[in-house]
Amino acid sequence: MKRITPKGKLVATLAMGVSTLLLTSGCGQLLVFHPAGPVGQSELQLIWLQIALTAVVIIPVLILLAIIVIRYRDRPGSKAVYRPDWSENRTLEIIWWVIPIIIVGILGTVTAKKTFALTQPPKNPSNPTVVQPLTIEVTSMDWKWLFQYPNQQIATVNYCVIPTNRPVQFMLTSNGPMNAFWVPQLGGMEYTMPGMIMRLWLQADKPGIYYGHGGNFTGQGFAQMQFNVQAESEQQFNAWVASIANNSPQLTQGEYDKMAQPSILGQMSFSSFPPNAFENVVMSEGGKYMKHDQVMMNSISSK
Amino acid sequence: MPESVRNFATHFFVTGDPMIYGADAAITLVSLGIVFTLTYFKKWKWLWSEWLTSVDHKKIAIMYLISAILMLFRGGADALLMRTQLAVPNNSFLTAEHYDQIFTTHGTIMIIFMAMPFIFAMFNAVVPLQIGARDVAFPYLNAVSFWLFFFGAMLFNLSFVIGGSPDAGWTSYPPLAGLQFDPGPGENYYLVAVSISGIGSIATGINFMATILKMRAPGMTLMKMPLFTWSVLASCVVILFAFPALTVALALLLIDRIAGAHFFTMLAGGNPMQFINLFWIWGHPEVYIVILPAFGIYSEVVATFSSKKIFGYKSMVASLMAIAVIGYLTWAHHFFTMGASAGVNVFFSISTMCVAIPTGVKVFNWLLTMFRGRIRMTMPLLWTLAFIPNFAIGGATGVWLAGAPADYQFHNSYFLIAHFHQTLIGGVVYGMLAGMYYWWPKMFGFKLKDRFGHWAFWFFNIGFYVCFTPQYILGLMGMQRRMYTYGANMGWTSLNFVSTVGAFLMGIGFLFIAAQIVHSLFNMERDVTGDIWNGRTLEWSLPSPAPHYNFAVIPTVSERDAWWEMKKAGNTSDLLPNAKEIRPIHMPKSSGVPFLMGVAFFVLGFGVVFNWWVIAIVGFVGVVACLIGRSLEEHPDYYVPVDEVVHTEAALGRL
Repeated sequence: MKRITPKGKLVATLAMGVSTLLLTSGCGQLLVFHPAGPVGQSELQLIWLQIALTAVVIIPVLILLAIIVIRYRDRPGSKAVYRPDWSENRTLEIIWWVIPIIIVGILGTVTAKKTFALTQPPKNPSNPTVVQPLTIEVTSMDWKWLFQYPNQQIATVNYCVIPTNRPVQFMLTSNGPMNAFWVPQLGGMEYTMPGMIMRLWLQADKPGIYYGHGGNFTGQGFAQMQFNVQAESEQQFNAWVASIANNSPQLTQGEYDKMAQPSILGQMSFSSFPPNAFENVVMSEGGKYMKHDQVMMNSISSK
Repeated sequence: MPESVRNFATHFFVTGDPMIYGADAAITLVSLGIVFTLTYFKKWKWLWSEWLTSVDHKKIAIMYLISAILMLFRGGADALLMRTQLAVPNNSFLTAEHYDQIFTTHGTIMIIFMAMPFIFAMFNAVVPLQIGARDVAFPYLNAVSFWLFFFGAMLFNLSFVIGGSPDAGWTSYPPLAGLQFDPGPGENYYLVAVSISGIGSIATGINFMATILKMRAPGMTLMKMPLFTWSVLASCVVILFAFPALTVALALLLIDRIAGAHFFTMLAGGNPMQFINLFWIWGHPEVYIVILPAFGIYSEVVATFSSKKIFGYKSMVASLMAIAVIGYLTWAHHFFTMGASAGVNVFFSISTMCVAIPTGVKVFNWLLTMFRGRIRMTMPLLWTLAFIPNFAIGGATGVWLAGAPADYQFHNSYFLIAHFHQTLIGGVVYGMLAGMYYWWPKMFGFKLKDRFGHWAFWFFNIGFYVCFTPQYILGLMGMQRRMYTYGANMGWTSLNFVSTVGAFLMGIGFLFIAAQIVHSLFNMERDVTGDIWNGRTLEWSLPSPAPHYNFAVIPTVSERDAWWEMKKAGNTSDLLPNAKEIRPIHMPKSSGVPFLMGVAFFVLGFGVVFNWWVIAIVGFVGVVACLIGRSLEEHPDYYVPVDEVVHTEAALGRL
């Protein structure tokens, strides 16, 4: 390999930077502001409320700052009032103790409601009939994502497919350091932790391919821990499951163990996975010492 | 060369990266340069007797300040390397391994080895003078604190060239920071170095709390204390409650790593969540530890340069203490996404939002202090004015992050990065710079000239927004922190490039500050008034710099803003000493033991990092010897004779 001096690297970097800037047109999408499901939407509603209520304070502060600095600047012949001993005004002080308290009161109430609601499956106002949620077991590894479908008995790596308009229960754990599972357009993140199972409810309302990435640093391959969540109609989803079940290779225990070693992989599909692979890894990574939430254990064993 | 020696050397020294060889050469050259200069000018004795052994709070303040600025340079260089790597997609300027080390050292250095010494520089430079004391309560302990910080910082920086830097992030979460995923000495460096300087920080907290509570001049009741002193008191309360949690967390993780314990390893029944709890029980209060003194500085600066009393003094005090208390109850907002129950998340969401209430009150009170004042646009005030919009935006995004469901989307993304840089740079760094400009004449006896200062201000400020505004947007686009590279197809390129440009503008701003200091040194105009800003508090009643005993006669205080009120009433001469009133002054003796103890801690730490127990034991014996030596010292104090005080005061024209 050719040796490049650091200075050469720097010059090359800057040159590349400028040319790339000239070539790239447009920007990436503000994913958080374009939710594709009820969870992301609910979180975005809170963000808008926060923006509005904090603006109530921020904008007057900025305007006051500008006015006061211009008006009371020490200039020769300034006619502005000067009251060096004026330092108390109860009414004013009460106003700015009370306004933030009211704002925090409103934000706190909405936050509390939403925090509790998000631990439940998303409600679907357009489709009030109860839909059976889909369960996907997610394992973060160094440095890839393994998705297991306990009811479909298939598995994928670095991508998963979900049906639209159906709540998806992601059960998260880690076979390695902690990571976090984040699909910004579907909703906020949740950590994957060794020996523990976390639950994250998400749902897609429209078909599409949604970007996902690990949210917590796990070492050298972390930057490559990208995955896609592909949302399709129920029929397409079922067809996809059938094709994976019929056409893809099996994930043997040997393959699984190899996968758990540090490596960077592309997308893969498997027509099976070792029996109880998810539960076993939770237990062997320390879960045997933990008191598990019984509801959660039942929900993964009752498949 | 025998194979074993070669093998040892390649593991002991960091090899293979041309940038690190450059650093090796630079470190050697600078060290040789310092040794040569000191020898050539015969300054070794001066260095030892005037500085290394000094227990004078004013000299310790200067040493803290120099260290903080050097560490700001190192941390800033780390930041520029990272931004260079991220300027374009798929860049190969840094490898993943090197990038991981750099973001780890950047965070650790900026918080532990830059922000902390910077606030301690201000504590030391100002508090005793402001409350009419001759030194801190425990001057010897103060020197111990400094040297523990200093040698902790040296040990941490050594990892760059010997053994390898830590690379698990400044938060150092297990299991990633455990032996299983992170063998090698890098992580040990982090744990040991931060622990050593942490002991110093706890001691400083105790020291200043005792100083403020017990050593105020007669008449200075708590509600007559200057707001900076109040902010230091609030900060010390938090230090006292928060730092022990860090010490415990780091010690347990270190025991896991070097003695095979399992406090935080799931595989044998430990629990990494406990580390994360302990870390943030320190970590969140830590940001209030560094921001509260900055609030104190803004209060002093705003009042002085508006030539007006601070508005709502009582509210200001109440809000400082409220932040100190509430700040201790918010730590779990750093892991809303780690599976805590909804009830826990709601509690910590609301407690976090509550911090915004007293903070908002402070902002309005600063504004109202300027209202109907006479605003003088000096360097300290410029940085204070720039702080307000910065902190308003940083505070607002903080409230957004506090809402757990919103945090699920913001957590660990560049949105979070932009938020905490906005509060820590716009809040803490601007505050410390304002404080540095404000008290520089008091510390050094001359003012920093405005030449280059305005350039520094504008480059740094504009650079700040150019650097961090794009990062908010990148976070909303899904970019995660700690990614060493990203794909060209993500659409993140332009914003990252702009952000990098901003970082370099800030770098230029820093260089202008350095230029300003050098320029002012070479064109020094001595301040002979002692009250160069028309100040309000007692430190301005003294000559600049103050004599080593500070006050020949301890002043009696009857009002807030004591010095201002005396100037108004025309009785400042009451504060001048009268030859008949001067008594021998009780002062602490200089001591080399704190420095030696720092060296011993360094040796101990180095031994522990590499698990070389003989070296560690030598260091430990040194530490114990220093403790015993000090305990056996019979006369650590002395009296400054009346003649000397009279002579000094007369030379200053105060008699």
